Amino acid sequence: MNRPVLSLRDLSVAFSQRHRTVVAVNNVSFDIARGEVLGVVGESGAGKSLTASAIVGLLEPPGRLVGGEIRLTGQRIDGLSPEAMRRIRGKRIGMVFQDPLTSLNPLYRIGDQLVETIKAHTRFQGIEARRRAIALLTEVGLPAAEARIDNYPHQFSGGMRQRVVLALALAGDPELVIADEPTTALDVSIQAQIIALLKRLCRERGTAIMLITHDMGVIAEAADRVAVMYAGRIVEIGAVSDVIKHPLHPYSVGLMGSIPSLDSDLDRLLQISGSMPRLNSIPSGCAFHPRCPRVFEPCSRSHPQLSALGQSRVACWIYDDAAKSAEAALDRRTVHSG
Amino acid sequence: MQRSRLRRRLTDVPFIQVENLTRVFDVSRPWLERLTQRTPRQYLAAAANVSFAIGRRETFGLVGESGSGKSTIARMIVGLIPPSGGSVVIDGTPVTVQVHSAARQQARRRVQMVFQDPYSSLNPRWRAFDIIAEPIRAFRLCSNQSATKTRVEELLHLVGLDPMDGLKYPHEFSGGQRQRIAIARALASQPEFIVCDEPTSALDVSVQAQVLNLMRDLQDRLGLTYLLISHNLAVVRHMASRVGVMYLGRIVEMAPSKELFRNPHHPYTRMLLDAVPHLDRGRTHGEAVVGEMANPLDPPTGCPFHPRCPHVNERCQVEPPRLITAGSSSVSCHAVEERRI
Amino acid sequence: MRIQRDVMNAEHGSRLNFSAQRGSLLRLLDSDIVFSFRQSKVTVLAALVTVAVVLGAVLAPWIAPHDPFDLKTLSLLNAHMPPAWAKGGDLSFALGTDDQGRDILSTILYGSRLSLAISITSVAFAATLGIALGLIAGYLGGPIDALIMRVADVQLTFPAILIALLIDGTAHALFGQYRAESAPIWVLVLSIGLSFWVQYARTVRGLTFVERNKDYVLAARLIGIRPAAVVIRHILPNVISPVLVIVTINLALAIILEATLSFLGVGLSPTQPSLGTMIRIGNNFLFAGEWWIAIFPGITLAALALSVNLLGDWLRDALNPKLR
Repeated sequence: MNRPVLSLRDLSVAFSQRHRTVVAVNNVSFDIARGEVLGVVGESGAGKSLTASAIVGLLEPPGRLVGGEIRLTGQRIDGLSPEAMRRIRGKRIGMVFQDPLTSLNPLYRIGDQLVETIKAHTRFQGIEARRRAIALLTEVGLPAAEARIDNYPHQFSGGMRQRVVLALALAGDPELVIADEPTTALDVSIQAQIIALLKRLCRERGTAIMLITHDMGVIAEAADRVAVMYAGRIVEIGAVSDVIKHPLHPYSVGLMGSIPSLDSDLDRLLQISGSMPRLNSIPSGCAFHPRCPRVFEPCSRSHPQLSALGQSRVACWIYDDAAKSAEAALDRRTVHSG
Repeated sequence: MQRSRLRRRLTDVPFIQVENLTRVFDVSRPWLERLTQRTPRQYLAAAANVSFAIGRRETFGLVGESGSGKSTIARMIVGLIPPSGGSVVIDGTPVTVQVHSAARQQARRRVQMVFQDPYSSLNPRWRAFDIIAEPIRAFRLCSNQSATKTRVEELLHLVGLDPMDGLKYPHEFSGGQRQRIAIARALASQPEFIVCDEPTSALDVSVQAQVLNLMRDLQDRLGLTYLLISHNLAVVRHMASRVGVMYLGRIVEMAPSKELFRNPHHPYTRMLLDAVPHLDRGRTHGEAVVGEMANPLDPPTGCPFHPRCPHVNERCQVEPPRLITAGSSSVSCHAVEERRI
Repeated sequence: MRIQRDVMNAEHGSRLNFSAQRGSLLRLLDSDIVFSFRQSKVTVLAALVTVAVVLGAVLAPWIAPHDPFDLKTLSLLNAHMPPAWAKGGDLSFALGTDDQGRDILSTILYGSRLSLAISITSVAFAATLGIALGLIAGYLGGPIDALIMRVADVQLTFPAILIALLIDGTAHALFGQYRAESAPIWVLVLSIGLSFWVQYARTVRGLTFVERNKDYVLAARLIGIRPAAVVIRHILPNVISPVLVIVTINLALAIILEATLSFLGVGLSPTQPSLGTMIRIGNNFLFAGEWWIAIFPGITLAALALSVNLLGDWLRDALNPKLR
């Protein structure tokens, strides 16, 4: 089956405020194939977490889905009832959030939480379910799983808790795992372990993973493809090595340049002036144009669409031949008249 | 001849000298509980025998993961909590937590701190103007209202904000802008030394670049000395000239920045560097990352890193290693001392 | 979700940005609080009732048709008159008169004055005491905190009315029966206030614990600000908003508590009746058919207490998103 596990087409999420409607996710489209890790990277407020909430049907009002399609292995899930969505969550989509402290119920033993999930979403029951839970915990690298399955969350360290959360996400044998900043709250050395674990599980089980983070380093280590989001839209999407080594969109260029690296010795970091606009004051045309070092005439007029360039897709007028030739024609005319 | 010797002696004494700084917290349960449950007192050694020196206009980076004790060290250096042992000397004056003497107030002027969380380091009910003016008023640096106003506007401009921003409340600013206000507040008393406790950890990457560049510029313009505390190795690499690596309350390695990152000695430093996700390194890994930091309430015997160390031997499990200095670097590791690695 | 809060804040922040030049009054009128106020019809009604009673009380000397406290103007000939629309009523005594010849309408106006004065003063006293103790306990911690909280715990085991009766009775015993069935106003204020301070102290203490560890407090300590100044200038403004909600609810309770004490006979004297005293007097005549002496003050009391309570409810909900 070559159908992508997750397929988004023109997904849009909006908030109705008192005086206006704010669009927080604007026409987002991408696919995730079986066994692939797609990184979604962007700064806070770019709309990454909202996209994830929309996919699993956990958007909180006043936010709502205002357009687009979400397909899970070919089946549309964006219009389903809350009851149907609840069945899909956990069974077919697993979720890992940033803070393992709040993802686990502190009053229940981790074994109870795991077994409950397994019983609800798989055919394993009774003692089988417990054995399966122990196997899962071992798979995620929890030492002495048989002994520790009856511990409470507070008896684990942060990294261990995140492994338990991963086990919970995988308990229903999902086709897709959405991980929203899974390593941000963890120390660097633990972060590396969790990333390695994610990749291994993805490879062995063929699960598709949507990895949301603002840390490009994590993307570089873990993801196969990456989508860069800015102000609710995807501005560039392509293979990880392409986007990191040869970023196309001026925002991606700025982003890569502003990350300090362990090897080079720059005097100043590349800095993009200004900051990401607030969702209720997004500029007309391309949202990035006020801060763009390569801005020109069409940028303030209309928003560029994602179009293919090599293996990647990028939304920028610089790469649009029609726009460029129009600009060139304009230049020629002003030169002649001036 | 005598004058040059005097000058040399003056420059020999480092600006900040930290000697054997130690801090133990009593985290015992309340006495009634201890009495009825017969549990002993519990102590947390947050920092043990930490020593380093910082020169003028230098940036010293202190690196470590959570639980390493770096924030405790920061708070002891600025005098917010008293050390259990050791001393901090700033330009010849020891730092004491003795409160409210004129001399102590003078000393407070010279050291300031920038905190990690831009959302809780500014009083949400105060306007930005008052937040920045507070040190000016506390140290009576300006004679009247209009002089204070001029100075605050100057500081806002210095950090890249508009003078009109002084009228706004913190929630009207973004995270990066709030951190700029925090920096302006730190500069208000005209300090010579600023302790930065994870100043950009809560910020997005592009905002972090802006703030780090700003800090660099300010250092050049105003001749500031920084102690930069961070868990982000790349940030420390970019900003610091010398780096100390902390683990479970101790300094395990200390070296000039370039040297440390190019040629790390201590196994923990190597593991840490290896764990940092690299943009262009691809998917290869060197030494595998093993285990987790031990509980500081119950630290391992001997070398605190030994349960996770690939080069552990019997001596490591029993005897804590001493800090050995070779040139401008120091390492605290038996394996390095015995030349096993 | 954090993102949604950011969006809300973005909305709010940019609106404030834009209107920073428009002046703070306009900003207030346009703010979320006033908007939610205007949306709720019940709250607006409650506010109107409260304002009406308060205005009536404040302006009593000017708008009351008679002075019910001036014993010389009372005439027993006027006693027991029914309201103006009933048989035997008189327009100058619009709501009837009581057994002493006092005009009910005027007595309600003057009586509300007393009720409001006592309840507002006692709540102010309770709030000041409670906030101060809460700040001290929360900031200093340790044995002082333990002491204050144990005192508070002990006091909480007694119902408010018992405490009020206790203090009232003690004052009576100490100062003798120099005025039969009366109590100086300060005793009432003290007893009501002392029965309410604990909730302020507890709330403020808990919030102070949270604020005291925040970085902005550390920053203030770093520049050598003294503890008292840190507590008053930095911590107090950040712990005060839940207190506002408690104040409104307390006001309603204080009004009723004062009325109860007066009804039980340990409150104000019948020559200077508050709403509660009037109800007590009127109670004796209810079954004689002279319902107006008790019912009209009763309606006023109920309307006032209910309105203040509803205002408190709205305030709590309006302040909540910001608290979250």
